[in-house]
Amino acid sequence: MAGPVLEMRSIVKTFPGVKALSDVTLTVRQGEVHAICGENGAGKSTLMKVLSGVHPHGTYEGEILFESEVCEFKDIRASEQHGIVIIHQELALVPYLSLAENIFLGNEHAKGGFINWNETLKHATELLRRVGLTDHPETPVTDIGVGKQQLVEIAKALSKKVKLLILDEPTAALNDEDSGKLLDLILELKKQGITSIIISHKLNEIRKVADSVTILRDGRSIETLDVKAPETTEDRIISGMVGRDLDHRFPERTPHEAEAGAAPALEIRDWTVFHPVDQQRKVVDDVSVQVRRGEIVGIAGLMGAGRTELAMNVFGRTYGRYAGGTVLKDGKEIRTKTVAEAIKHGIAYVTEDRKHYGLNLIDTINRNISLTALDKVAKRGVVDEHEERQVSERFRKSMNIKAPTVFEPVGKLSGGNQQKVVLSKWIFAGPDVLILDEPTRGIDVGAKYEIYTVIDQLAAEGKAVVFISSELPELLGMCDRIYTMAAGRLTGEFSRAEASQEALMRQMTKDKEVTR
Amino acid sequence: MSTDVTAKTPAPAPPGKSGSATGEGLLQLMFGGLRRNMRKYGMLIALALLVILFQVWTGGDLLLPRNVSNLVLQNSYILILAIGMMLVIIAGHIDLSVGSLTAFVGATAAVLTVEHHVAWPVALVLCLVLGAVAGAVQGYLIAYFGIPSFIVTLAGMLLFRGLTEIFLEGQTLGPFPDGLQKLGNGFLPEVGPDTNYHNLTLLLGFVLLASVVYQEVRDRKRQQEFLLDVLPRNAFLLKLVAIAAAVLAVTMLLASYQGAPIILIVLGVLVVGYGYVMRNAIFGRHIYAIGGNLPAAKLSGVKDKKVTFLVFLNMGVLAALAGMVVAARLNAASPKAGLNFELEAIASSFIGGASMSGGVGTVLGAIIGGLVLGVLNNGMNLLSVGTDWQQVIKGLALLLAVGFDVWNKRKVGS
Repeated sequence: MAGPVLEMRSIVKTFPGVKALSDVTLTVRQGEVHAICGENGAGKSTLMKVLSGVHPHGTYEGEILFESEVCEFKDIRASEQHGIVIIHQELALVPYLSLAENIFLGNEHAKGGFINWNETLKHATELLRRVGLTDHPETPVTDIGVGKQQLVEIAKALSKKVKLLILDEPTAALNDEDSGKLLDLILELKKQGITSIIISHKLNEIRKVADSVTILRDGRSIETLDVKAPETTEDRIISGMVGRDLDHRFPERTPHEAEAGAAPALEIRDWTVFHPVDQQRKVVDDVSVQVRRGEIVGIAGLMGAGRTELAMNVFGRTYGRYAGGTVLKDGKEIRTKTVAEAIKHGIAYVTEDRKHYGLNLIDTINRNISLTALDKVAKRGVVDEHEERQVSERFRKSMNIKAPTVFEPVGKLSGGNQQKVVLSKWIFAGPDVLILDEPTRGIDVGAKYEIYTVIDQLAAEGKAVVFISSELPELLGMCDRIYTMAAGRLTGEFSRAEASQEALMRQMTKDKEVTR
Repeated sequence: MSTDVTAKTPAPAPPGKSGSATGEGLLQLMFGGLRRNMRKYGMLIALALLVILFQVWTGGDLLLPRNVSNLVLQNSYILILAIGMMLVIIAGHIDLSVGSLTAFVGATAAVLTVEHHVAWPVALVLCLVLGAVAGAVQGYLIAYFGIPSFIVTLAGMLLFRGLTEIFLEGQTLGPFPDGLQKLGNGFLPEVGPDTNYHNLTLLLGFVLLASVVYQEVRDRKRQQEFLLDVLPRNAFLLKLVAIAAAVLAVTMLLASYQGAPIILIVLGVLVVGYGYVMRNAIFGRHIYAIGGNLPAAKLSGVKDKKVTFLVFLNMGVLAALAGMVVAARLNAASPKAGLNFELEAIASSFIGGASMSGGVGTVLGAIIGGLVLGVLNNGMNLLSVGTDWQQVIKGLALLLAVGFDVWNKRKVGS
C-alpha cells in the first residue's frame, strides 16, 4: 500500500465566535481517491480552505505535510505551485471568456506579456481531450452546460500540473448523467496517478469512487474508514456522521398532538420547482407537506435537498420556476404568487441567509423590524415614528436583542442578535404560519437557546411552525414531526417517537437513482 | 393582537451574559451618538465653514442681502433636481437625463406660451405632466423591463437634448409671460406699512420659527409620553437656539433686500414635503429598503418595481419644475439650457451623504450638498475665479467630501 502523500495534523481553525475546526487530522495516501463526508457545517469546506491556502498559514493551528514536506501556504498560488488544486462548489470560471482563456487564466502562455494563441489553443485542446471534452477551445464558457463547466475546471487544474485534486461537492449542481461522467473522470485521473479528495454526502457516490473516507463531525475528524472493506456499510458511515449525543439544551416542550378533523394551517400539495437557469433540472420534485396550528414540523435534508427552494418558491416564487402544486391555508386554496400575497395570507418566511435576504444591514434595528408590516405603525401611509420606536423597543427587550438602542444599524450586531431582529420582524408581521430556514445557523449556543424558546412560544400561541434545519439534534429536540428531503424529493416522514438521527440521515442520503 | 402577546414573551437570558450590559450600553450610546452626529452634521459644519471662509475672502460681499437673494435664485433649480436625484440614488439608481429633460420642458413651455399663446398656468400644468410622462417611460423601462437605469437615462439624455434642438430649431425662444417669469425671478409682494424690511418675509420667517419650535417641543413631549429617551434638557435648548438663530438670520437678510424669492417658498415646501415623505411615509421607507438590500426588501413584501417606477416618475416631475424655473429665470428657452445639470444634482447628492450602492441619504443632505456647490460657485464668481478653475475646485470638493465620508465610515466600521 502506498504511503501518505498528505498529512494534516491537529488542525484548529477559529472564526470570531465560532470554532470551525477543532483538532482535525487527515491522512491521504498517494494515488487514492479520498472522500470527506459530514453534515452541513461539520467543517469539510473549511478544512479544504486551510489546505489550499484560502485560509493562509498563521490563521490556523496545526501542521500540513505534503509529500513529506512541511507546507506553510500563504495563498492559493502557493498551494498550486505544490500541485494542490481546489475546485470550489461555486465554479470560478469567467462566463464570457473562452474555454482556453479560462483554462490558462492567471497562468497564460505568454512572452513579454503577449499571449501566444497558437500554443494556448493547442495545449487547451489537449487538456480538454484529457477530460473528455470535444468542444472547440474558443467556445465561450456560457455556451456549455454546468456539467461540462465542471470538467473545464478540472482541465484548468490539470494545466497547473496537479498532484492533489480537491473537489468540493462536485456533483451537487449536476444531473445524473453529468455526475456519472465526472465520477468516471476522477477514476481515470486516478489511473494517471493523480490523488483526489472529494467532499460529498452522497453515499452511493462515495462507494463508487472512493478508496477511503474520513468523517468529520462538529469540526472534529471522527474516523477514517476503508471504503472497500466489507464492514464499511452505508449505515456504518451514517452512524459516524450523526453519532453526536444530544447534549444541546432545548426548552421543555409538550409535543403537540395533531387534532383529528381540523384542517392543517398550511398544506403544500404536489409542489414542483425547476432550477432558475438550468431549465431541465427539477430542484423540487412533487413534494407535499402540511403543518397544523401549534405544531412544529421539521424538514431535514443536506445541501441541495431542495428545502430552501421549496420554501422560497411557495413564498412568492422568490426562487426558481414554478411547475405545479397548490397551497392550502386552513383547508382553502390560496394564491402565493407574490410575497405580498403570501404575507397577506399570514405566511412568513425567515430566510437562511439573513445578511443577503433577511436584513437591510445599513439600516437601523427599528426600521428593519417594521419593514414587513409598516402599515401597522402607520396611518394613511405615514409612519408614526414614536409608535414604531415603541414597538421595536418592546421587541428589543422581549427578544433580548443586545444593542444599546433600536437606532443601531443591524450590520453592527452579532449573528445571534441579527437573527433575533429577523425573527422580530416576522413576528411583528403577525403570521399564522412561520417557515424558519436554518434559524440558528452560525450563532452561539446561548443565542440558540433563546431562539428555541421563541420558537416554542410561537407554537404554544397556536402558530404553525415549519422548521428547516441541517442540525438533526435541533430538529429532534424541537419538532413534533419531521420530513426528510433528498435531491428535491420527499423521502420520509417521522413522528417524534420514530425519529432518530440514524433513521433521518438514512433518508437524507437516499439518492434519486433509487426512486427514478 | 397575538403580536403583542409574542412581543412580551420573556426570553431567558443566556447564562452569565447580561451583567455588564448597562455600563457598556451607556458608553456605546455616547460614542454612538457622537459618531452619528459626525456623519449627520459633518457636511453642515463644512457648509458653515465655507460660508465663513468666503465671507472673509470676499470682504463681506457673500452675505450681502442682495447676494444671498441671488444665491437662492441661482441655485434653486439645482436644488430641486437634487431632491429628486437623492431619491433616485437612495433607491440604488442614477438619472443622467434630468439636465436634458429640463431643457426639453423649458422648450415646450416656450413653444406653448410664446408661439401658441397658451395661458401660463395651463402651460405650467402641461409641462409638469410632460415631465411625469417622460419620467414614467424611463421608470417603466428600468423597473418593469429591466434595462439598467444608467443606460435608459443616458439614452434619455441624448434623446431629450436632441428633441429640444429640434423643437427650438436651434434658436432661443422668449420672452415668457410675466406670471411665468415670476417663478424664476419674482419675490413675494410687499404688504403693509413701510418698515425698512420686507414685511411679508418677516412675517413668514416668524411663522416658520414658531412652527419649528412648536414642532420640536411637541415631538419631545410626545417621546416622553411614550417613555422613550429624549435629548437632555440643555442640549435640547441649545438645539432650539441654534435653529432659531439660523432661521432669523436668513429671514433678516432676505427681508432687508427685496424679500423672499417665490422660488424659495416653493423650495421650502418641497424640502419639508419630501423630507417628511422620506422619513415618515411608507413609500419613503420602501425606497430606503430597496436601495439598502433589494433581495431582502422583495422578501419582505416591498413592491420594488412599483417603488422604482414611482421614483423615476417623481424625478421627471421635479425635472420639469426645474426646467420651468430655469426658463423663467433666463426668460428664454435655449437649446443649451440645463447643460450638466444632472452632474451638479448627482454631485450634490453625493456631497450630501448619498452612497453609490444606495440605501443611504436624506433630502436635507441633498440640499446641503447643493448649497456647498452653490456657495462655491457664487463665492468664486465674486472673487472672479475663472470657470476653468471653478471646475477644478468643484471636482476637488466632491472628492474631498466623499473621501471624508468613506474614511469616516471605515474608521467607525473597524
